[in-house]
Amino acid sequence: MIGEVYAHLEKIRDFFYGLAEVRDRLRESGVTWPKPLPEAEVGTVRVKIGLPAMLRRGVIMDVTSVEQAQIAEEAGAVGVMVLDKLPYDVRKAGGVARMADVKVIEEVMSHITIPVSAKVRIGHYYEAVILQEIGVDLIDESEVLTPVDEQHHINKWAFAVPFVNGCRELCEALRRISEGASMIRSKGEAGTGNVSEAVKHFKALYGAIEELSAALRTGDEERIRDYARRCQAPIELAALTARLGRLPVVTFAAGGIATPADAALMMWLGADGIFVGSGIFKSQDPRERAEAIVLAAAYWDDPEKVVEAQRMVSEKSAMMGIDVKTLKPEELLQTRGV
Amino acid sequence: MKAGVLALQGDVEEHIQAFRKAAQELGRSVEVVQVKRPQDLREIAVLAIPGGESTTIGALARRTGLLDALRDAIKGGLPTLGTCAGAIFLAKEVRDSVVGETKQPILGLMDIAVVRNAFGRQRESFEVDLREEGIGALKAVFIRAPAFTKAWGSARLAAPLKHPELGQIYAAAFQGHMVATAFHPELSTTAVHRYMLNLAKT
Repeated sequence: MIGEVYAHLEKIRDFFYGLAEVRDRLRESGVTWPKPLPEAEVGTVRVKIGLPAMLRRGVIMDVTSVEQAQIAEEAGAVGVMVLDKLPYDVRKAGGVARMADVKVIEEVMSHITIPVSAKVRIGHYYEAVILQEIGVDLIDESEVLTPVDEQHHINKWAFAVPFVNGCRELCEALRRISEGASMIRSKGEAGTGNVSEAVKHFKALYGAIEELSAALRTGDEERIRDYARRCQAPIELAALTARLGRLPVVTFAAGGIATPADAALMMWLGADGIFVGSGIFKSQDPRERAEAIVLAAAYWDDPEKVVEAQRMVSEKSAMMGIDVKTLKPEELLQTRGV
Repeated sequence: MKAGVLALQGDVEEHIQAFRKAAQELGRSVEVVQVKRPQDLREIAVLAIPGGESTTIGALARRTGLLDALRDAIKGGLPTLGTCAGAIFLAKEVRDSVVGETKQPILGLMDIAVVRNAFGRQRESFEVDLREEGIGALKAVFIRAPAFTKAWGSARLAAPLKHPELGQIYAAAFQGHMVATAFHPELSTTAVHRYMLNLAKT
């Protein structure tokens, strides 16, 4: 019996060696797999962290339809995030929140020229495979959807498409980067129209980075090593972050941003750009608000321009906010997937 | 001398770094400033327009009056580098590979035709070794990059690539004091920024 199994295994092994030989012979004779251009390399780290770099100082807007995506593009968004429901509605509807309709994502991709992102559930390798297959530009492994793996996130090194992940503090960010995330965002508390949690997350992030940088300046390597160990993150990554004084990947603010002033505040706190979820299409004035938030994010360091942006919208039209303190622990989205 | 980077949207920090490193390599003292208002253009000797979203950069520039100020300054001879979105912003003819004609605000100064997103989506973004006349060998990073298909007047195309569908296309263009690249030199090299600093003789 055992002998038979071995015989089978050997046959399989021979088959794979045979395949490898065929591949090597083809390579020697100059036959290669199709590539867009001779000698071009796709999906490299430089290419994957390159896209988020191009989004800097910009605003990515949550949309659920082609019409909303076109409004976002006309308003000057640097990208859209296609969802089945806006976070505010996810909260209301309950149940399991999943990746958006493939048909809707494809329709959005064929109607606008700016990058199209979409969300996958935390740990859902196969939703990510599908999004890469249809050509989504950026994948958000998001706590707004219902996680499918309580222990692990997706191994993002395996994908050619860049990923963005959420974090509440530095340890979480370092773990996501070590798993291959090309971009980080604050988690905030999505769908509340309340920016308080995003503020908390940015201050936690930069507070910890400042401490690490101080340790590096005084040559206290031990503290950096201890920190990395506590975080379950590579020490090289912690040391690099300490040296840069910021995360080594582009870092956006997300979660509860609803007004131009909210966007400017997050840029002032060190964000490289802004995600706006329910804030735009849950307001009464989406067109004006979208344009105003784009203006405020780009000119956050020019109070005159932020005033101009704030004048473009009315507080009476802003989305109805939810005080985070009134939410029960099980209603919080930010605690999903650490 | 002052070098400026258009700082409305895009990878501004990467260009600032590239200018700083290039100046160091050339042993020149260059102050790099962000250009966000028309008056920021007054004292600069060379300008870079970064990669980003050309629709966003165009919309913001039009809103803040920077579009006309930029056009005047560059027409007046300000040495200018446009990378990716910046190149689209400089070109006279812009088409998108998916939606066709676009009505986005552009500067329209270089006699070149550009196809946006020519290589496909982010999944198809790539890096490749290129050799560019006057600049030398460099690693070129293409992110949802455009391609130059045509030049007229005094514009000249460079860095040819064979594209499986578009045929012969080009990744760089030169016209007097203007340089356009479809790729992002700021992500991998200082060669193009050194070239720009040498163009700005003051």
